[in-house]
Amino acid sequence: MLLSKQKPFEEILGFLEGESRVFLLGCDGCAQASGTGGPVQVAEMKSKLEDAGKTITGTDVVGFLCEKALVKSRLAPKTNAIMGSDSILVMTCGVGIQAVAASVNKLCHPGCDTQNLGGSRGEWQGSERCRECAECVLESTGGICPLTSCSKGLLSGQCGGASAGKCELSPEKDCGWELIYHRLKALDQLDKLKKLAPPKSWSKMSPDVHILATSHYALENPAQEEAATE
Amino acid sequence: MSLKSELESGRFAITAEIGPLKGTDITEIVEVAELLRGRVTAANVTDQQSSVMRLGSMVTCHLLSDHGLEPVLQMTCRDRNRIALQSDLLSAWVLGAENVLALTGDLPALGDHPDAVPVYDLDSVQLLSVISRLNEGFDMMGNELKGRTDYYAGAVVNPGADTEASFDMQLFKMEKKIAAGAKFFQTQAVYEPERFAKFMKRVEGFGVPVMAGVIPLKSVGMARFMNKNVAGVCVPEETIQRCAAAEDKTQAGIDIVAELMRDLKDLCQGLHVMPIGWEKKVPQMLDAAGL
Repeated sequence: MLLSKQKPFEEILGFLEGESRVFLLGCDGCAQASGTGGPVQVAEMKSKLEDAGKTITGTDVVGFLCEKALVKSRLAPKTNAIMGSDSILVMTCGVGIQAVAASVNKLCHPGCDTQNLGGSRGEWQGSERCRECAECVLESTGGICPLTSCSKGLLSGQCGGASAGKCELSPEKDCGWELIYHRLKALDQLDKLKKLAPPKSWSKMSPDVHILATSHYALENPAQEEAATE
Repeated sequence: MSLKSELESGRFAITAEIGPLKGTDITEIVEVAELLRGRVTAANVTDQQSSVMRLGSMVTCHLLSDHGLEPVLQMTCRDRNRIALQSDLLSAWVLGAENVLALTGDLPALGDHPDAVPVYDLDSVQLLSVISRLNEGFDMMGNELKGRTDYYAGAVVNPGADTEASFDMQLFKMEKKIAAGAKFFQTQAVYEPERFAKFMKRVEGFGVPVMAGVIPLKSVGMARFMNKNVAGVCVPEETIQRCAAAEDKTQAGIDIVAELMRDLKDLCQGLHVMPIGWEKKVPQMLDAAGL
């Protein structure tokens, strides 16, 4: 899951300056879930661009634009419409835009900005967030992550900025440590707050080198894959 | 007499806070240093207070030393990772700083560079452990230092936490800070001596000196602003009204803080004055309080 938001329409029009024929491409994976590049948004974009005087040579919504093999096979029947355009406006995440640009010999414009997920992965309902820190501390915090629930990601407890149980960042935001306190209190585990937390090993956050070298990346580089399995 | 020897020998100590300005003009810092020398035991220098970019704490501490005023280096975890924090601690020691106050630091979003990345590689408790380790002659990875530090490390506590959870957590954290090496505490601004007395009762057994923080009221607007925006600060309505009724606001501000200091004096081991722009009026405040 990647989260995106649509770029301002003025910015998109700026990209299309001097062009008259545009092919629109959306994604019914994450971009649809984000409400930025699904069938609905592609249809909306088509009518807005037509109102702005552009000719839309065709549209498609592919799941998932991040898979280059899929992009190529799905777009093959539309080669004429695409090649007859000045450009493609790709309404999806940064990975999808790059995958399309790598698969199609045509100028691609980004229609969306990809945002940080803030820790939400896979499911997008609910409020639980994980920073994928590779050193889970939930055992000592009552199952509430301080890295994502505290604005400062503090490990040693509440800072002096909390007021009435809310974060200094905004009265709308619960202080994560206040939530942790109440959870631990309910579990009769407040003693856990007295334990010193060691500094985090941020280096653990990066995937292991062998994973980077042998997963999808390696599939795109068969020679390396072969070398790795020899 | 140094801050450490005063607090350790049980004498009442007074510190004042100096906030460096934005820019390279150090005229005022030198003037303030001259004025405060001999009147306070030491002066804290803030570290990019409120996440507003200014002249640094380390160099300002060095200037204070040069002018005969003992500095307390404030160090936050907001802008530096663990490499920079440790290196700066070594550097400041070489430049003459002997006291350090470890803080987490305000969020960048609250300051004048809201787009800055918040670091928080370590937090205040972990920073105190690191300081203790440097004092022992090792960095936090256990590598031996050629020449150690010998900092007198302090920390902050908010005695005005406004929920039961907050109050409990302040105490838990205070104990962790002591375990990590904090030898003294300075508090968030206090305006209600009775409430502060209750806090002191709770921390009596911790056995560390506590210096009560005070901020002079410059205006009614300032009091209302702090009540609304500064966690743990509660200026009673009665005090605000007194400020509002006064003809000479400056004199009222000085009188109010002087009374407060007299009331707090017997409850704790020291006072920490945060003048917020009124640095040059600190001697007047101390005179009025008979300190």
